[in-house]
Amino acid sequence: MLKRVHFPASLLPYLLVAPQVIITLVFFIWPASQAVYQSLLVQDAFGLSTEFVWFENFVYLWDSQQYQDAFGRTILFSAAVAFLSMSFALILAGFADRVIRGSTLYRTLLIWPYAVAPVLAGALWLFMFNPTLGIIPFILEAIGRDWNHYLRGNQAMFLVIIAAAWKQVAYNFLFYLAAMQSIPRSIIEAAAIDGAGPLRRFVTVIFPLISPTTFFLLVVNAVYAFFETFGIIHAVTQGGPANATTTLVYKVYNDGFIGLDLGGSAAQSVILMILVIGMTVFQFRFIEKRVQY
Amino acid sequence: MVEKRPGFTLVAHLVLILGVALVALPVWITFVGASHDAGRMLQAPIPMWPGDQFLENLRQTFFGRGLEGSRTAPVWMMMFNSLVMAMMIAVGKIVISLLSAFAIVYFKFPFRMGFFWMIFITLMLPVEVRILPTFEVVADLRMLNSYWGLTVPLIASATATFMFRQVFLTIPDEMLESARIDGAGPMRFFWDILLPLSRTNIAALFVILFIYGWNQYLWPLLITTDANMMTIVVSIKQMLEAAESTPRWNIIMMTALLAMLPPIVVVITMQKLFVKGLTETDK
Repeated sequence: MLKRVHFPASLLPYLLVAPQVIITLVFFIWPASQAVYQSLLVQDAFGLSTEFVWFENFVYLWDSQQYQDAFGRTILFSAAVAFLSMSFALILAGFADRVIRGSTLYRTLLIWPYAVAPVLAGALWLFMFNPTLGIIPFILEAIGRDWNHYLRGNQAMFLVIIAAAWKQVAYNFLFYLAAMQSIPRSIIEAAAIDGAGPLRRFVTVIFPLISPTTFFLLVVNAVYAFFETFGIIHAVTQGGPANATTTLVYKVYNDGFIGLDLGGSAAQSVILMILVIGMTVFQFRFIEKRVQY
Repeated sequence: MVEKRPGFTLVAHLVLILGVALVALPVWITFVGASHDAGRMLQAPIPMWPGDQFLENLRQTFFGRGLEGSRTAPVWMMMFNSLVMAMMIAVGKIVISLLSAFAIVYFKFPFRMGFFWMIFITLMLPVEVRILPTFEVVADLRMLNSYWGLTVPLIASATATFMFRQVFLTIPDEMLESARIDGAGPMRFFWDILLPLSRTNIAALFVILFIYGWNQYLWPLLITTDANMMTIVVSIKQMLEAAESTPRWNIIMMTALLAMLPPIVVVITMQKLFVKGLTETDK
């Protein structure tokens, strides 16, 4: 951690860490502790008086059907986004690993959606699914299906899942392709000599060998779906119709900034912080294992 | 290739081409939408082939006063705001992370590990989970509607500090020993040896952070109430809202194209650095 050869203590190292530490204190640690403190308070409807209520906000959330629904919905949303984008990326990476000519070209053509902001991904798919103009409702109508995500909750959910998964394919593809290309060729060749065809080799050799990457991507995709997809939901559905796409992060925003329920929103923030800390610790422990692998 | 199976290779190419087409489809439709006039974009089915209004729409969108009915500034101004925000976030994060990683790796001083853990904590607190209290802090500091308010709260970075720490740890001790024998002080060593040695890592990180900064949504949405401070990415939401009363999809699609263009150009032109940055910051 520290260099064997290093400089002695003086004022200088404190000055060097000062900018980072001051910003962390003012914009991270202070607000986070405020969130913890506010989560223990209840404010009256006019914001005139506050009362210290211990864990009442949390108990309220625990009992709240709305919050439980949002929790379940967020897990469903994250699982769907991770599964869709990871399996699509895995298939493409499997074939890209196979072709010799043009695999860098395919990589270039597939990684750029990473650079598209989630809210823009939402806007693009919203236009494609626009009930009166969009190309997909037009096709669906031809086969007798009616599309209107402004009215139907499950269709709205489908739309935000597609938009969120589309953007994440690039990232998953990049990591899967890198993992596959780092498998020693001799292993694949040995399997081929034993008579395993491409599909069999993929299932029994390649996929197990890249399983550390799969676990890593699962965590990354879950974090992405939990926190970074706010823009998609805010722009495309505003959590609706009838809360059908309200995820946990959207609910924190909505209850805090629109509903002005400070205590409730802060309690939700605290729950989310615990979730992120759990995910980060999991990711770190897992990455240590990955190094040994 | 392991074995020769021309048929299978052909299938592989076909699947990949299909995959690329599927991924590119929404952007193609946006591009087509940005090249027709407003009237054509209201007739279902919308066109699948580009029209001849692309340059006219570009002119109107880029220099126009923004979409009527939405609270947006001219697009060139919002792109400028986004550029300033992305540059300030990327440069700011790199500078403060370089300095703190230098202090933590090369100095022995009381509370060194305490500072390290304090920085580590920021990794665990994305802005989404502490929006309201952070907003209050920024409001109290009177930083709403300013570039400082847009960028400074996002500048602390555990990932960048970790990455530079990793880089510094791989630099041989002999470098510092010989620099010292030649009479270099800490800052001289930092400028003349550490910085040049971490040049490619700085560039790779810059690519990732520029994209991160440009694509910020929730934070600018809260901090900017003045239309002249709005960023281009946030303006899309305003335009989509206005589209319900004045559906000028050609202008909206052109704005979306302009909003995604700079980060995509960065990714494609600096692909090697981008891949390096992406794989190294996640370690």
